[in-house]
Amino acid sequence: MLGIVRRRIARGGVNASIVEQSLQKIRNQSLIYASRSYSSASKEMTVRDALNSALDEEMSADPKVFVMGEEVGEYQGAYKITKGLLDKYGPERVVDTPITEAGFAGIGVGAAYHGLRPVVEFMTFNFSMQAIDHIINSAAKSNYMSAGQISVPIVFRGPNGAAAGVGAQHSQCYAAWFGACPGLKVLAPYSSEDARGLLKAAIRDPDPVVFLENELLYGESFPVSAEVLDSSFCLPIGKAKIEREGKDVTITAFSKMVGYALKAAEILAKEGISAEVINLRSIRPLDRSTINASVRKTNRLVTVEEGFPQHGVGAEICASVVEESFEYLDAPVERIAGADVPMPYAANLERMAVPQIEDIVRAAKRACYRSVPLAATA
Amino acid sequence: MAIWLRRSRSLAHYLKAEIGFWKVPNQRSFLNPCFFNPEKSSSTTLTGENYGNPPSFLGNSPTLFGSRRFESIKSGREELDLEDENGGHQNQAMDFPGGRISFTSEMKFISESPRERIPCYRVLDDDGLPIMHSSFVEVSKEAALKMFSNMVTLETMDTILYEAQRQGRISFYLTSIGEEAINIATAAALTPHDVVLPQYREPGVLLWRGFTLQEFSNQCFGNKADYGKGRQMPIHYGSNKHNYFTVSSTIATQIPQAVGAAYSLKMDKKDACVVTYFGDGGTSEGDFHAGLNFAAVMEAPVVYICRNNGWAISTPVSQQFRSDGVVVKGKAYGIRSIRVDGNDALAVYSATLAAREMAITEQKPILIEMLTYRVGHHSTSDDSTKYRPVDEIEHWKTARNPISRFRKWVDKNGWWSDKDESELRANVRKQLLQAIQVAEKAEKPPISNLFTDVYESLPSNLCEQEELLRESIKRHPQDYPSDVPV
Repeated sequence: MLGIVRRRIARGGVNASIVEQSLQKIRNQSLIYASRSYSSASKEMTVRDALNSALDEEMSADPKVFVMGEEVGEYQGAYKITKGLLDKYGPERVVDTPITEAGFAGIGVGAAYHGLRPVVEFMTFNFSMQAIDHIINSAAKSNYMSAGQISVPIVFRGPNGAAAGVGAQHSQCYAAWFGACPGLKVLAPYSSEDARGLLKAAIRDPDPVVFLENELLYGESFPVSAEVLDSSFCLPIGKAKIEREGKDVTITAFSKMVGYALKAAEILAKEGISAEVINLRSIRPLDRSTINASVRKTNRLVTVEEGFPQHGVGAEICASVVEESFEYLDAPVERIAGADVPMPYAANLERMAVPQIEDIVRAAKRACYRSVPLAATA
Repeated sequence: MAIWLRRSRSLAHYLKAEIGFWKVPNQRSFLNPCFFNPEKSSSTTLTGENYGNPPSFLGNSPTLFGSRRFESIKSGREELDLEDENGGHQNQAMDFPGGRISFTSEMKFISESPRERIPCYRVLDDDGLPIMHSSFVEVSKEAALKMFSNMVTLETMDTILYEAQRQGRISFYLTSIGEEAINIATAAALTPHDVVLPQYREPGVLLWRGFTLQEFSNQCFGNKADYGKGRQMPIHYGSNKHNYFTVSSTIATQIPQAVGAAYSLKMDKKDACVVTYFGDGGTSEGDFHAGLNFAAVMEAPVVYICRNNGWAISTPVSQQFRSDGVVVKGKAYGIRSIRVDGNDALAVYSATLAAREMAITEQKPILIEMLTYRVGHHSTSDDSTKYRPVDEIEHWKTARNPISRFRKWVDKNGWWSDKDESELRANVRKQLLQAIQVAEKAEKPPISNLFTDVYESLPSNLCEQEELLRESIKRHPQDYPSDVPV
């Protein structure tokens, strides 16, 4: 079902309404869990609108905030995240750039050096590699190298990770790469609440922030409480969220994989395994205390990510848990990641290259010592 | 109707405003053909006039930030039969995205190398005599002597600190020998409000602005008093109060960053510009192209100063680019440029002053290529005699020395003497040796500096690490040098 939905989304979201409907059916079940976290979940909001409203409110509150990137202005944003901002704030605060990631990332860094608060959009984080020197060598390290004289309150945002049918150069996940760098903060929202709260926190933060969104989540709707809709709403950076409580196995995930983990948890519940799902929200700083507290409770851990397995986020979580909670582990840590290949294009191959709900379910069962023939695992 | 228009340009002007879409003869004049609704006309025409817009530093409409978007564009199918004043027909021309282009039926490639290279602006000849009919900004005795003594100070500082590295007292050093005129004369033309983003061969700008020999030495020795808290290699100076951004080793990254900083100045409508420096080698980096292109599009008040000193470590300019140096690249990006004799302090001063004025009043980038020679090695990690002839170095060190050339001019004005010279040099030398001694003996930065400034506020993991480190030091004091503070 999800496969069909994803193929539809791949066609540029034209059949958005059909997608919405299909997703709604799948969503309905997880809605129950989501609404448990909110006292009055009256309104729904897509991640796209959440991001757009967060940008709008922060730009309105602080005249130093400005948006820059390819197609962010006249085109209303390649994924329509910056829709309406040009009309509202004018071209000096919503800047359309020539095609030069190195150029506009450098310009953003320079503007931040001199006291502005740029929000730089990469059309996808795959293109951030053309600007990575400015992100790491300039933005991340300047405060340290200049001994606090130059601070860089910049946000680099854009879609990250696999979309649907976009191939190798448009599908890589950069959470692990950026998460390795001291000086950066790296965030990965999942729901609309995450998107609003974390983007606002990122813009207000005095340090450089890499904000990893997900293209396929843009159109997804989540319930939002009145508190979330308030313009002062902000989430703390560095705190993970326990999306679903459980007692048998901990599943950590971020971005789109949180949705998969939640669905896996439901399937596991039917088989008598109670899974605790942690939405990391923040890759750097990683909320080690929440993860470890959870593992000390459940004694078993499955890490899930879309990115490449080697040196991934899951590897870091595993090391952290082994360092701090080794005696509490009843089973080896299970690590679910994307396949160790550049992302193929054909839909069937793409499906095999990215973690699926079944993979998470099987891994959780392995961690719980329920017999699953190893040879069959993907 | 065409005849009527030919005779009365001003009338056509008026009519254009009234009637809207109008075609007029394409003269070399302000009467540019208007392909858009004139109220919204926002393109810069081929002749360079920013037609239809007020000067961008006035007013606060969305056009403040210059030519933005086309409202509409006539499709390319339209052709225009143009008549000039005498009724003759010019070549046809047509709209393309980007403006009107006239046609030619002669297939002609623009040559890759000009018959004549762009000439170089200079004011003083090799003997320090002002060239007849040269145009330059007058410099008072006080200003000239300040410039001269700063140049001498810079040279002395470089020589002595280079030696200090050779003696093993500092780990690294990089000189600006041969480029003192660029360092000091450009700085003299700026105000303290102009923001400087250096590469790494411009400590003279900081010296001019008041950074002391002691402060330079502290950074090189990485001691407790270093403003950089011992975080970077020598010569990576930086000072917020002098509006001099901390040196970053990566080449050319400061070029687009300068545009960003200028954007901030522009938003605040400050009477200041950004000045950024780079070498001939830096112009090969992608950042150079992205930065210059973008600066022109954004109409950012940046003065780009390229120190073309002939060498990028061992790469001579002939292997760096095949264009006529760097000055011609400005035109390619739509940036006004000039080539200046970088060893002529007065020419450097005049050109920088003019460039700064243009950048601020017209809100656009300016490119200055300063031709000079890197007399010293690239750094203390380099021995340039291995890849270039020693007599070439000697020639530039003596016959083409910018300091002695300026000295000759200052002498001729009766402002300086040999006695003044030897006093100055002895003085600076003494001060510097003293500063080095003090810097060398000073304490190193405390351990807490290892962990601060990674982020604005110390995160919990680094707090932990610091505690663990201190514990470790307490438990194993023999592994830790006793003379370094904790």
